[in-house]
This record gives sequence, C-alpha cells and structure tokens, in this order.
Amino acid sequence: MMSVIGRAQPRVDGPLKVSGKALYASDHRFPGMVYAVPVCSTIANGEIQGIDTSAASLMPGVHAIFHRENIGTLFRATVNHEFGADMVHLDETRAPLEDDVIRYYGQYVALAVADTFERAMAAADAVKVTYRSLQPNVDGQLAPETNRKTESERGDPAKAFGEAEVRVDQTYDLPPETHNPIELHASVALWDGTTFTLYETSQGVVNHRNVLAQMLGVSKENVRVITKFMGSGFGGKLWPWTQSALAAAAARQLDKPVKLVVSRRMMFQNVGHRPRVQQRIRLSATRDGRLTSLRQDWVNHTSILDDYKENCGEATPQMYSVPNLRITSALARRNVGSPSPMRGPGAVPGLWATESAMDELALKLGIDPVELRLINEPELDEGLKIPFSSRHLKECLTTGASRFGWAERDPRVGSMKRDGLTLGWGMAGCSWQAARFPCAAAVELRDDGTARVSCATQDIGTGTYTIVAQLAGETLGLPIDKVEAVLGDTQLPAGPLSGGSAATAAVVPAVLEAAGKAIDALLALATTAPGSKFAGRKAADLEYTSGRVHPKGEPATSGIAFETFLRLGNLGAVSGLGSSEGCGAFGTTKPKFSSHSFGAHFVEVTWQPEIARLRVSRVVTVIDAGRILNPLAGRNQIEGAVVMGIGMSLFEETSYDQRTGAPINSNLADYIVAANADVPALEVHFVEYPDTKLNALGARGIGEIGLAGVAAAIANAVYHATGVRVRELPITIEDLLT
Amino acid sequence: MQSFAFIRTEDASTAIASGAKSKTAQQGASVRFVAGGTTLIDLMKLNVERPEHVIDINRLPLDRIEPLADGGLKIGATVRNSDLANHAIVQRDYPVLSQAILAGASAQLRNMATTGGNLLQRTRCMYFRDTASACNKREPGTGCSAIFGANRTLAILGTSEHCIATNPSDMNVAMAALEATIHVQGINGARSIPIGDFHLLPGSTPDRETVLEPGDLITHVTLAPPAPRSRSFYLKLRDRASYEFALASAAVVVTVEGGRVTRARIALGGVGTKPWRSTEAEALLTGEPVGEPTFRRAANAALRDARPQSQNGFKVELAKRCLVHALKEATL
Repeated sequence: MMSVIGRAQPRVDGPLKVSGKALYASDHRFPGMVYAVPVCSTIANGEIQGIDTSAASLMPGVHAIFHRENIGTLFRATVNHEFGADMVHLDETRAPLEDDVIRYYGQYVALAVADTFERAMAAADAVKVTYRSLQPNVDGQLAPETNRKTESERGDPAKAFGEAEVRVDQTYDLPPETHNPIELHASVALWDGTTFTLYETSQGVVNHRNVLAQMLGVSKENVRVITKFMGSGFGGKLWPWTQSALAAAAARQLDKPVKLVVSRRMMFQNVGHRPRVQQRIRLSATRDGRLTSLRQDWVNHTSILDDYKENCGEATPQMYSVPNLRITSALARRNVGSPSPMRGPGAVPGLWATESAMDELALKLGIDPVELRLINEPELDEGLKIPFSSRHLKECLTTGASRFGWAERDPRVGSMKRDGLTLGWGMAGCSWQAARFPCAAAVELRDDGTARVSCATQDIGTGTYTIVAQLAGETLGLPIDKVEAVLGDTQLPAGPLSGGSAATAAVVPAVLEAAGKAIDALLALATTAPGSKFAGRKAADLEYTSGRVHPKGEPATSGIAFETFLRLGNLGAVSGLGSSEGCGAFGTTKPKFSSHSFGAHFVEVTWQPEIARLRVSRVVTVIDAGRILNPLAGRNQIEGAVVMGIGMSLFEETSYDQRTGAPINSNLADYIVAANADVPALEVHFVEYPDTKLNALGARGIGEIGLAGVAAAIANAVYHATGVRVRELPITIEDLLT
Repeated sequence: MQSFAFIRTEDASTAIASGAKSKTAQQGASVRFVAGGTTLIDLMKLNVERPEHVIDINRLPLDRIEPLADGGLKIGATVRNSDLANHAIVQRDYPVLSQAILAGASAQLRNMATTGGNLLQRTRCMYFRDTASACNKREPGTGCSAIFGANRTLAILGTSEHCIATNPSDMNVAMAALEATIHVQGINGARSIPIGDFHLLPGSTPDRETVLEPGDLITHVTLAPPAPRSRSFYLKLRDRASYEFALASAAVVVTVEGGRVTRARIALGGVGTKPWRSTEAEALLTGEPVGEPTFRRAANAALRDARPQSQNGFKVELAKRCLVHALKEATL
C-alpha cells in the first residue's frame, strides 16, 4: 500500500539549496534595511559603569547606538512549558539590556546600527564601555551549590551496592560543548507600525512568535515569524535568543528593516551550549553479570539567572533491568550564558557515563560487553512500570555484533593488530525517547491538479519538506512533484518544534487527517458541483483514488480528475485541517506505553603509540527507530550524528579563561570539530519494526539517537587499544601519551 | 575593522616607497602589503591589524617558480602555496616542502596563500587574536595572557617571560630544514637573509617577529640544490586528521651512507616561537648509525631546552616522537 513511504526519496528542496535559491534568514534584504552589530561585554561578572557612544554615534553611516536607556521597552516573557500552539519557552529569560549587571562574558550591552554591516561593526568597536569588574566563576569543578533532587528511585541501591560482589564507582566528565551549525543565528526584523515580520533561523517558529510577542509587548497576531530554510540548529535554535528581540526593537525604534547576524564568537557566548556535566556512576552486579544496583548522580553547570537542567537520567531508568536504582541531579551556577539543549540533551551525556561504566563492569566481570547488556535486558520499563511500545535493543546488539565481526574480538588490551597499527574495538548501547508534539496541518486540493500541504513546523536541514510532501503525496495518491509542501511560517496551522526527534511523529497523524478531510470535502463537492457527473449522488457512494473520483466498486481509471470538480464548482481549492495530540514526554496524557528508540554502536579505533595518533577507523551502527519513512534522510541523520559523536569524543571542548570568563577558543580553528578526514567508513543499519502504538505509520524520530552512546563506544575502544580508561572528554593526545 | 585605503600597484618600487612610510614593518604597521590575505584580512576583521594603507602586490611579477643554473630553485613571493606544493621540481627535489605545505590549512586557503605571506604568517595564540586580552605581541607592555591561560597549543622552545606564541606555519619548518634564503627589496636596495636569521625570538620585544624594516618587500625565496642522495620528510601531528595547526611537526632532510647519517637538517614546528632549526639534533645524528637509539638521542637534544607551560607539557614527548618517526620515515 505504502509506495512512497520508505522509498529513498531525494530532498525536494535539494535543487533550491544547490542552486543558491533557498533563502536563509540572513539572505533576506529589504529597501532601506540597516545592519545591527551588538557590543559584547568584555567582563563576565560585574556592572556597567558607563557607556560612551559619542565617538561611535558620529561615525559615517551610523543610525543609532542603542543601550538600556534608548532601546524602548522589552519585557520578559511569561513562560508556558506546555508544548503546542501556546508554548512560551526560552532559556535566557532576562530581557536584553534589562539592567546594568553583567553575568557572563559577551553579554550584549549595546547595539550599533548603521547603513552597512562594516560600518556597524566599526561603530560597535568604537563604543566605550566601562565596568566595575568582579572575579567571575567559571570553575570546571562542579560542587553542587543547590540541593540535590531525586529524579528516579526504586529499591535500595545503597544496600545492594554494599552487599554486591562486583562494583564500579567512577566519575565521568563532559566539558561544555558549543553548537556550531554552519548557519549563524540571524534575525531580519521588519516593523510596519503595527506588525513585526521576523525572518529567523528558528527550530520552532510558533514558540518564537509567542515569546517575541510578549517581549515586544504586542499581541501574537502582530508578530509573524518565518524560517524557510536552516543551516542546522542542533538544538541551539529551539528557543529565541536575545538578538531577535534586539533586532525587532531596533526596527521599531528606527522604523526601518534591521538585520542582525550573530558572529561566530558570539555563538560561543550568547546563544546556548551543552553545559559541563560531572556524573558519578555506581554499578553493582552479581558474578554472573546481573545488575543489582545503579546510581547516577550528576551535576551540570548553569547560568547565574536560569536553571538549565541537563537531564542525564533520560535513558537510565529503562535502559537495563536493575531492581535498585537512584538518579539525582544538581546544578552549579557559573558566569556563563544559559546552556540550552544540544542534540540528544540529557541522554547523550548520560549514556556517555553509564555505557562507559557498563564497559568497566564487563571488564571486572570478565563478561563480553555485548553479553552483559543482553543479560540485563528488561521485560518492561522498570522506571515507569509500563510495557514498551516497541523495543528491539537485543536485535540491535546482536545484528551490530554480527555485522561488525565482534566474535573475532580478542579482549586483551592492545592485542589486536593490523598493518602495524594497534586496533581497539568497543561498543555501547543507546536510547532516545520517542514522543510527539501536538500538531496541526492543512491539506488543499487545488484546481490545477496539485496539492498543497502546510504546517508551521520547520525543515532544519533534516528533510521535513520531503517527508511532508511524501506523506501528502502518498495519502492523496499524487506524485511528489504535484505536491507543494509549505513550512516555516506562523501564518500556517501551528506545528511542532523541530526538536526532541518528535517533529516527524507529530506531523504524520496531522497530515494524514488533513488529507482525509480534504478528500471528504472533495467528494462532497463532486455531489453538488453544477454539471458534475456525480451530482445528486451520495458522497458515501464515491471514492477517491490517485487523484480521481469514481463510484465505489468501479475502477479508479474510470474516475474523473479531481480538478474537474473544482472548476465546475468555481473553487480554487478544497481543504482539510488535521491535528494530533502530543504524547510521551511532550504530551499531556499519561502514557500507556514507554516509547523509545534504541540502538548500538560498534567502533574500531587505530592506535599508533609511536606518534600518539588515534583515529576512528570504522563504525557500525544499528538503530531501532520504528518504520523509516525515508531511508536516505534517515541514514543521513545517523551518519551525521556519528560524526558529531567523533567530535564529542575526541575534539570538542569550549574552554573558559578562568580569569576573564571568556570562552577563549571561540572560533572554528581553536574549537575543534571533526573534519571530513576524521570520518571513517560508517555503516548504518535499521531494524524496522513499525511502532504503531506511537502513530499510524509506526515511525519514531531519528534526529538524536545516533549521537547517543557514540562517545562511550569510542572511549571503550580506546581502552581496548591503549589500556587507558578516559573518563573526561574529549580524549586527547595527552591522555594517551604515556 | 576600520576603514583603510586599498592601493593596487604594478610596480615594486612604488610599493616599497609606500611601505617605507610606515613607522614599523612589524605589529602595528600603518602600511601593509597584501597578497593572498589569508592572515592579514583575518586579523584586520578582528582589529588586531589596523593598517591605514593596504597595498595589493598581486600584480607584481613575483609569481614564478624558476630553476636556477646551479640546480637550485627560485620561488616568487606571490607563488600560491598550492602551485608550489604541486610543482614537479618541488615534488622531485624538495618533497619535504611539498608535504609541509599540503599538511597545512585547506585547499581553498592554499589556493590563496603565498610564499611571502606564509613566511610572515602570524601566530594563532588566542589571546593575540582577542583585542580584549592583554598581549605583549599585539600591544607591547600589556602582559602575556597565555602564560597563565590557555596555552595547550603554544610554544615550548624559544619562549620568554613576555611571549610564548607559536609560529604556526608548516611551510616555514620545511624552509628552515632546507636552509632557504629570503630575498628582500628595500628602500636601500636588495639583500638576502638566511631563513634562520629571518624570524626573531620574542625576548622582550615579541611585537618584532622578523628582521623586516619599513618598505621591505619579500621578492622571492631561493633553495640550494638538493643535497646529493638526501631524502626528506615532513610529519605533522595534531588532534584531528586535517585542517588544524600542528601540535608538533618535524621536517627532516638526511643523507645516509653505509648505514650512517652523513648529513642532517632538522627543523621542528608547532613547538617553537619561530621555525625551530635544531643544529644540536643535526650534530648528534651526523656520523651515527641509522636507528631508533640515534634518533632518540637527537630528539632528546632537540628538546633539551624545552620550557613547557601549564597545559603543554605533553608537547615535549610528542615532539620527540614526531622527530624520531620522521627520521625513520626518511631513512627507511
């Protein structure tokens, strides 16, 4: 039945992107547009004493230098964490320029606006700010300052640990990591005296609209947010950041379109990051490898004003069968900008620690690490005490082992060699919650024989346009080139955030329902349109098949093309509106099933001790994410995530200067991410078991699962090659140069 | 970035006369020559360089690679790195130079970067590039932020209490091992400078990086004929597999006769405040049997004076292994 779904469909937006016709936020330009460049604080803790704009104001082409006293009123937004059309969420809650207190390095203190970007930069440089400076705290040792909170608990883990035969008790550190999509954050703001139109790079245009309406003090109807294309976000663009409000406020003050593009340096200061996380993991087991207790106590840094919790226990309660478990969290305040979700928030740092600890436990037990995980496979979600909707982790482990050749592994450290190189083989399991956001979508059948499907969600580079067009085309029986997919505009039916790997799952039921309703409207029209062959018949006697209307029981080829009825009725289109409720972590109702994606990574590293050179040489990843709607886009997601995992494991770390609090490696030469040459052969395999308890097609999201577990698999392989157990990422040359 | 006058010239003497109007040819110069622009424009955007006049020398006839009568090679100052690395004579006679250039930057940058510009490549020290930080190289007398700051990538050889910035160039390391000669045209005529004398140690004046004076224009570089029966090799070690500056690198040019090293030229990169020629290592190698013990002694000698900082102690051992491995590769 499903001919388009599951097919390797190339991106419908591909030609626009490779020909440069796809307009990203900062590509938009308007008559009279001016350029804004923020002035960033050069201290991380203290107070502004004075801002001297006299020289900057007089520079050529300068329209204004905005600061606290002349930017106009900017409010804080009242947050509403409930996902959906009324959601209001942001991670930095303070309105920009609200007071003179500096709480992190690079905080915006003023905004220079000029007729060219270069002149605005020069003017921003010429603004003289004086500070009363205090010692910032960016300490990497995170003693929790606020109370420890229990996140999940069962049994008596302390007692079980005390009585256990085999134990692991280790602490695992993850440094701050910065989202570095190629497309910088950018806002182009237009104000017409009543309404703001904001071209943004947003993973959630509806929420962005809701937040900005409150900050600007206008009604929601008077803010339109548009994100047509995105050069990736990785979670960093889920929520609005302060530059958006600044650009809009400047547009209102000057009555001109304003463009504000955040610099790469500001990306490290002002628009979120994955926080530093320290996790103590305690595991205990019987001699035959059954887990008897698991404790995970984490602390993550957060900003001075906002409580960002990196939910490291996201996967832990359900990952393995263990009768005694306790997970606790704590925050440590630092003079840093607010952290924000980064791809796989919580689960990715959490699994780095727990899957490393599982490897250490396997070593102590003398049990193969794949076997240890198989032994501890649970029957149900022991955290929520409900069954899984669909769980095939065991098959991921065994399929991965077989595809990788794991049976050939000699567990002795440094024992495996090839071409003069020492090999290390490591593996880890992974998991990511499957959920869906509330969603509305519209489908139209138009008088030119085409269809239009629309939803105020976004394509963040992951293929949402293509999936939506595939879905609508499938349901309407139309080829994909007859379907126009329209996204990324708050004037469309309120769609979901592109995040949490939950967008696709949300869009599927809404589009299916909308298409069904559009067909119903068409059939009704066929019975009433003047001159219709089916005039006077009951709609229930008619059927729609592949663009044609025909009486039930007669072949579709005998039917009449749907556009005929639109012409007869003198209608441009018939339409249907569909919607779906949220469920799982992003819904409101208590779930009956525990829904997650699962997977396993098998990694080979090569090690050359004579020059301390470590490279990842092979990765086999097996993912259980339900039905894969588009294998091309799906594989692309997993491969990209594994590459990101190589960066997380071996390279990435935002370094704060302890004296100034500055993220000092704030550029792509000093903040090292994986380059093409670091990417080995990647094999991705999907075990496809449609999760129909989640949605009709059985599709779960795949944006995040691919990154979870990679770091542990690499660290485990590094231990196998070198005998060095690294518990603080990234794994660097100096860790291994023994 | 501040406004500047951009002047395109087709005549070297005009460029030199304009350059001579600057008070210095070092940090803070008011007149700068631009060829590929891969360092200068970058630093201008960061306000680290703020020249009032930028003179485009791309139209000067300095873009040729010519064999010399003595068997050496003359390389014009504006020859692009990619052209130099892929030149047949360079690949045949000076493979270390080709390897070093290709180990650096990206293909796009190498297509723009030039021989003269690479000789003058500025440090990647993060504090030098950040005008909010104290830096003696950028603003003499303000102090060195790196010594008690982020110094993992910085130098362990040739440092001073005022500056520990690394010379980031790969090409310079190969040029040092090849004992290149740099030819300069100034207001008082032409002169030639051995590469070992071209770059300065930071001492108490880290803002002075080379012996160039206002108006001095690098016109070309010459290489002596390759030493008979010599073999050369460049090895670069870094965190990721490409597109990153060296944590340690080694350029070696060695001649082996009867199992013994008869001539060696050794330079290290990523560890020195200038391209780091090690005559100590060369002396220890000469006359000695090929093999790891000899190479290790040479490496120990090359790093004997290393003064690591809080985060870069690993570079001492890394540089040693780098040199030993490069020597092994060159003597296989």
